[in-house]
Amino acid sequence: MNRRNLLASLLGTMAAGCTKIGETAPFAWAVDRAEGLHRIAHRAMGGQRPLAREYPPSAITAGFRGNGSTDVPTPAYRAHQAAGFADWRLSVGGLVERPLSLTMADIRALPQRTQITRHDCVEGWSAIGQWTGPQLGPILDRAGLLPDARYILFRCADLLYGAPYYESCDLADAFHPQTIIAHRLNGAALPVKNGAPLRLRLERQLGYKHAKYLTGIQAVASLNGFGKGNGGFWEDRGYQWYAGI
Amino acid sequence: MRRRHTFATRLWHWLNALCLLVLLMSGLNISNAHPWLYWGDSGFQPARAWAALPRFPHWMTIPDHYSLAVARDWHVLFAWIFALSLLAFMLASLRNRHFARDLMTRRHEWRVRAILADIGAHLRLRFAAHGSKYNFLQKLSYGVVIFILLPLMIATGMAISPGADAAWGWLGQALGGRQSARSIHFITAAALTGFTIGHILLVLLSGPWGQMRAMIAGGRLDEQA
Repeated sequence: MNRRNLLASLLGTMAAGCTKIGETAPFAWAVDRAEGLHRIAHRAMGGQRPLAREYPPSAITAGFRGNGSTDVPTPAYRAHQAAGFADWRLSVGGLVERPLSLTMADIRALPQRTQITRHDCVEGWSAIGQWTGPQLGPILDRAGLLPDARYILFRCADLLYGAPYYESCDLADAFHPQTIIAHRLNGAALPVKNGAPLRLRLERQLGYKHAKYLTGIQAVASLNGFGKGNGGFWEDRGYQWYAGI
Repeated sequence: MRRRHTFATRLWHWLNALCLLVLLMSGLNISNAHPWLYWGDSGFQPARAWAALPRFPHWMTIPDHYSLAVARDWHVLFAWIFALSLLAFMLASLRNRHFARDLMTRRHEWRVRAILADIGAHLRLRFAAHGSKYNFLQKLSYGVVIFILLPLMIATGMAISPGADAAWGWLGQALGGRQSARSIHFITAAALTGFTIGHILLVLLSGPWGQMRAMIAGGRLDEQA
């Protein structure tokens, strides 16, 4: 056995052993605790409401990358696209006092926030873009959350690998001042590859949390019963629900 | 009898070795998700990368197939064990004077002639340390690892993490932006891998059984290899 094979078999044994350990319940328990500890640490480090860094216009990266779903190839979406998304609606429902159905005009009429922030993909890359849209907090206040509401669920028009994309966050993130429903990127209407006509901006977390092609917002008491119950499309496929790490 | 290595040192040494191996192997799996490195705050076009990394084969990644989700689970779990055990080791080593007694270099060791003599002794595979537990090159390399490289892994890891970056933005800015922090994270990991390979080779060259016995059972201070 040469030295390279020896190294490969030693590390390969380690890799295979860890793979087996990674499939056990105690490991799942430990990584859940570690994820929670990261979230607690991040919130403790930042005090009340730390803002993600905002950049000057010179930092904007041209050709903001689209990832995951970059289109919704359905006749209904194509019709919306042809009509410039004039009739797109965003529903606000679930555990709220007054369910809403917001038109694009309603969304543009709300007080707007424009922020130049960095989008960090779980894969490792980053792009900087300028996003404009109303804050989520005042929209939820207008609908009036019921006392049982603990999470906000985001419904999307796109299917990824045949399953509906969705996401969720807790109320602390939902009411964060930088959490907006963006309809503009870099001063123009949101491009299709970036989630036209509406996408969530959940700064301080990784890109997969920023749900695109938004159709509905739902206040819920628990994440059970949606998808596989882990709070998001990628979360149902093993990724962390708290994606601030 | 004074032990050559205290219990705290031995416990941390092996725990840290395990952490570094798991973090490296899960990190190589994560690297495979986007094997390009950039400088500055942003970067996503491979054409603008300063480095393109190879695809790391599955026998050196955790888990043993491509899974960004599971690799990240291992990485963020062992990041805690790694960081907290380093902190505990540092506090213990201040308390038991391991840093002050064994790792702090003395002024006379920094003289050019002394350094050259130490390098010469290493080249002749003679590793005796005069009057203290470690020779100058050992103190220097252990010091760089413990006080610069390992803390830099934690600092750059935190700067890559968007939640920590929102709270402690100064850290990412001091490191030159998120993509620079990611690049430094990879470079530091490579440096630690290089150190570990050199460390293992030197153990093999300087009486591996005695060295291993000392790092496992403690050894005796007078049986230096």
